[in-house]
Amino acid sequence: MTTIRSVEPESGLAPETSRRAPRAPKHQGGSATRRWSLRAPLLPALIFTIALTQLPFIGTLIVSFMEWNSLFPNDIGFIGLSNYAQVLADAELRNTIAFTVQLTAIVVVCSMVLGFAVALLVNEKFFGRGVVRSLLVLPFLVVPVAGALFWKHAILNPSYGLINGTLTAVWSAFGSSSPPQPDLLSTAPLVGIALSLIWRWTPFMMLILLAGLQSRRQEVMEAAAVDGAGAWNSFRYMTLPHMRRYLELGGLFGSIYLVQEFDAIFMLTAGGLDTTNLPYAVYKTFYLANDYGLASALGVVVVIGTIIIAMFTLRVLLSLFKENAR
Amino acid sequence: MTTLTLQPRSRLQQRRTSSTRRRMLVGISAWIVALIAVAPIGWMVLTALHSETDAATNPPSLFAPLTLDGFRAFFGGAGISPWPPLLNSLTASLLSVILVLVLAFPAAFALSIRPVQKWRDVMFFFLTTKMLPIVAALLPLYLFAKAIGGLDNIFLLAVFYTVMNVPIAVWMLQSFLSEIPVELMEAAQLDGASLLTILRKVILPVATPGIAATALICFIFSWNDLLFARVLTGTAATTAPVFLTGFVSSQGLFLATVSAGALAVSLPVIAVGIAAQDRLVQGLTFGAVK
Repeated sequence: MTTIRSVEPESGLAPETSRRAPRAPKHQGGSATRRWSLRAPLLPALIFTIALTQLPFIGTLIVSFMEWNSLFPNDIGFIGLSNYAQVLADAELRNTIAFTVQLTAIVVVCSMVLGFAVALLVNEKFFGRGVVRSLLVLPFLVVPVAGALFWKHAILNPSYGLINGTLTAVWSAFGSSSPPQPDLLSTAPLVGIALSLIWRWTPFMMLILLAGLQSRRQEVMEAAAVDGAGAWNSFRYMTLPHMRRYLELGGLFGSIYLVQEFDAIFMLTAGGLDTTNLPYAVYKTFYLANDYGLASALGVVVVIGTIIIAMFTLRVLLSLFKENAR
Repeated sequence: MTTLTLQPRSRLQQRRTSSTRRRMLVGISAWIVALIAVAPIGWMVLTALHSETDAATNPPSLFAPLTLDGFRAFFGGAGISPWPPLLNSLTASLLSVILVLVLAFPAAFALSIRPVQKWRDVMFFFLTTKMLPIVAALLPLYLFAKAIGGLDNIFLLAVFYTVMNVPIAVWMLQSFLSEIPVELMEAAQLDGASLLTILRKVILPVATPGIAATALICFIFSWNDLLFARVLTGTAATTAPVFLTGFVSSQGLFLATVSAGALAVSLPVIAVGIAAQDRLVQGLTFGAVK
């Protein structure tokens, strides 16, 4: 492992796939039987995945053009684009889209900035570094619902949550008896939800960015330091350009996962106070309101949004993949 | 290069004293950051070990006497027992991990060791399916489950978890299998070893840590799921995350119980996650980051 990595210094970025590439042509002239015997192990996974991801999505696409509310089984039929028209016309649903974008952007940007800072810190050598690293990963390992439940009642709760409790303790330490006691979930629900998600996703960003920092070429960094490049200059002109890829990956994967966030919304506000994001809106429309047509149209909107992010992600991944295949 | 690095050694030595101070500073700030990050979890543990009255105070009572009442209330209290949901979660997660490996290992084999044509396209196909949001497929899957009478069925839930995890597993396993030196397998083949022997004697010993990491990560994703379980299960097959959403009552003091519950449900993931922490990001980024 170590030797392989040092041969390909640029990256902890998926070099291994490349080593197979030259072997592929060997099979191309093979007989049909041979080709099928190669394919056979692949087929169960492929068929299974297509059957349970692509087909349902086509189903969603079809239903999105239908009027279909399971409470009114006699009124099922095609209605063209009116579900989509409703998505765009309904102020509440437009707000849902805006909220999804806001929440995703805030959480991705904040957790990435924090994650980068923490990664820079943990990348240095100090006492107990391994333990600190493990501790920093922990927030990501709390089951999302459990974390959200705990944040709601034990951290954000205005009368006995940890945040306000700490404020009281700090204020009374300075002799004040009237500490600020914000009720984040009621007055600024976006902030409350975002805080809990930033806490959860910063470790994810940190791990990605730490991998990036550790794949810098140590000799080059040392040589730069020796040549008198200051800390800021070597960060600005060497670390940042090297980290661009990792920042892109963190941002894109973070966005893909956070656009799909459901648990925190479900648990913290249940979509109240204009905090319904797209996945929660789909859930609500389909599961609680039984409006299958509208829910499907919303689902398709989520997919369109994700495809836009995913296209950028794929481009970054593909460029990494090809670069490593040289 | 060599002269470059050798020449200024002395200057580096001079800086050593300031660098130990710097290292101290970095160490202290890193520890502070880490303690802030785990503070909510520490608070969760502490609250779970407090009595209900001590748990809900403002300012927080850090040094209140410890008790297991919170856990007792969660596991055996007046409410519904959490054991069936916990067992359901375990069943669905383990079953799905097995299914994932059964499907993904041969696929990864066909994408790395004996690659099919256009194996790269297939890899990216798997990747794109994972980028499809679950909500976009939820309704048809629900209708399908309903049509075959599979609602509230833990086995069908495991099947859906399998779909969720197969792409990740294929990518992870593919990357682990490609690390096996080609020469090793060719040598075994020359010695006349059958495919099964090669699998057992050559591939498995090298790939086992990778397979284990894949299994652990898929386990976490299945265990964490709320959306599928919420929509597709009712009473009999309900999972631990769904149970957690339902057991909070708005009456009375319950913070210690909530904390005990959150902790109990998270413990398997924390254990599994620490075991797999080096591979965690690799799984989440489809092997793009190691």
